[in-house]
Amino acid sequence: MEEDKIALINAGFPSPAEDFMDVALDLNKVLVHNPASTFFARVRGLSMIDDGVDDGDLLIIDKSAEPYDGCLAVCFVDGEFTLKKYKAMGDYALLMPANKDFQPIRVDENNQFAIWGIVKYLIKKM
Amino acid sequence: MVGLCDCNNFFASCERVFRPDLDGKPVVVLSNNDGCIIARSNEAKALGIKMGTPLFQAKEVIEKNNVDVFSSNYQLYGDMSNRVISILKETVPAIEVYSIDEAFLNLEGLPLEGLQQKGRDLSARIKKDTGIPVSIGMAPTKTLAKIASKLCKQYPKLQGCCLMYRPQDIEKVLRKFPVGDVWGIGRKYRKKLELMGVHTAWDFSSLPRSEVSRMMSVTGVKTWLELHGEPCIEFAEVPQDRQTICVSRSFAHDMTDLAQLDAAVATFTAKVAEKLRAQSMKAYFLHVFILTNRHRDEKPQDYSIRTTGFEVATNSTIEMTDAAAAALRAIYKKGFGYKRAGVMVTDLVDSDKVQGVFFDTVDHEKQDRLMKVIDSINSVNGRSTVRIASNGEMDQFSTRAHVSKRYTTRWDELMEVVV
Repeated sequence: MEEDKIALINAGFPSPAEDFMDVALDLNKVLVHNPASTFFARVRGLSMIDDGVDDGDLLIIDKSAEPYDGCLAVCFVDGEFTLKKYKAMGDYALLMPANKDFQPIRVDENNQFAIWGIVKYLIKKM
Repeated sequence: MVGLCDCNNFFASCERVFRPDLDGKPVVVLSNNDGCIIARSNEAKALGIKMGTPLFQAKEVIEKNNVDVFSSNYQLYGDMSNRVISILKETVPAIEVYSIDEAFLNLEGLPLEGLQQKGRDLSARIKKDTGIPVSIGMAPTKTLAKIASKLCKQYPKLQGCCLMYRPQDIEKVLRKFPVGDVWGIGRKYRKKLELMGVHTAWDFSSLPRSEVSRMMSVTGVKTWLELHGEPCIEFAEVPQDRQTICVSRSFAHDMTDLAQLDAAVATFTAKVAEKLRAQSMKAYFLHVFILTNRHRDEKPQDYSIRTTGFEVATNSTIEMTDAAAAALRAIYKKGFGYKRAGVMVTDLVDSDKVQGVFFDTVDHEKQDRLMKVIDSINSVNGRSTVRIASNGEMDQFSTRAHVSKRYTTRWDELMEVVV
């Protein structure tokens, strides 16, 4: 009898939330769809500021994603990485900046060109 | 059917993922301390640079051909390896990770029809997702699957997967395959076999079984049977629990100071203990060794080793660090310049099979719990977040002049995209 009492006290009052417990939200689940192909990178430069891409922002890149017209692509052009809006033009492509001080880059078969990955999310510190 | 997925020139390929400008160019990766060449891109292989060549011997060919040189970046390679493995796990019913760049695939029960195409798709997906090129070999046995994957590397036409199962196809391949490159034959037997006129895998498989048995014991017979298409090496039968674990490094500069050596030995000990715990093993003996620079004849030479036994087998960093520090003090001599130090454990047992002693002076249960906490903190927050006070950082004892960034495991070393 005495033992039962003690056990009851230790157990305390059951939490009314116990049956409704959820796992806390995890940003990885939202931002990283395919962990094997997701890479992070840091933005350096100003050519995309009109699209809200600022120096120091964190890029979440999916290397496996297919490029589509107007996507924000991490491109590799003639030995350098750059981030631009991708526009397929048939036998060439345009890499569009979002800053009036910069010119579009035209790439065709004479350039060493590859799309390294597609930006899925942009994280910025406010 | 068994598959083998092997990453092509893995370390060099990892570096190239983040340096696309090096595609099609010669790249080599160096061992710890930038000692020897341990990975080469195809272009570097074509220049005649051999595996294991000391860097200084390859200097001329490297400079002449503008070969890009990288120090090993195991944090990066480990993460890239995990990515490849996660894709394999997702697509294949069962896999056995064999090394950082190889995994066997259990394809049992899958229909032969369309298997090669599945392999090609898998290969393409790994390349697309991670940037790492792989070669998948598929065959009735592990030994043949290894051969198929090598074949796949030689012939780009195979598009990343080579399925080999018809006896006539296997014969054709084995007739051209050097016996020394067969998994399990090794250098020792290669010479012996070549003296007997056995040069190809086919020559070997044509030997009478009794002769192989007489000359090479059970392992040789297993290899012979596997070449005949009879599976003998079970999934995960390959010995995984090693009987010794050793961590040792050469130092960038000769060390004369006991405090410096102390930090190095403590770091190596922590590493060994961590490896023991990762394999759920404990050790009965710990050996500490230090040696001077052999290449400096003019200076006094010393090689010393000290062994400590534990009454109860352990994998506690604390207990082992104490023992290692005491051992080092016993062998260290003032006035010597030490070039290399190492820590090794032997007589390993499964953690749960450790025999206790009646008058145990160490609270092993408490130590076990503490080690678990340390390991979990370090796994979340990065290696060496929590460490024993005498430890240094693993990297500080080595020279790594050409190391790339840890792009995927450190926030402060992310790749930068200039926009």
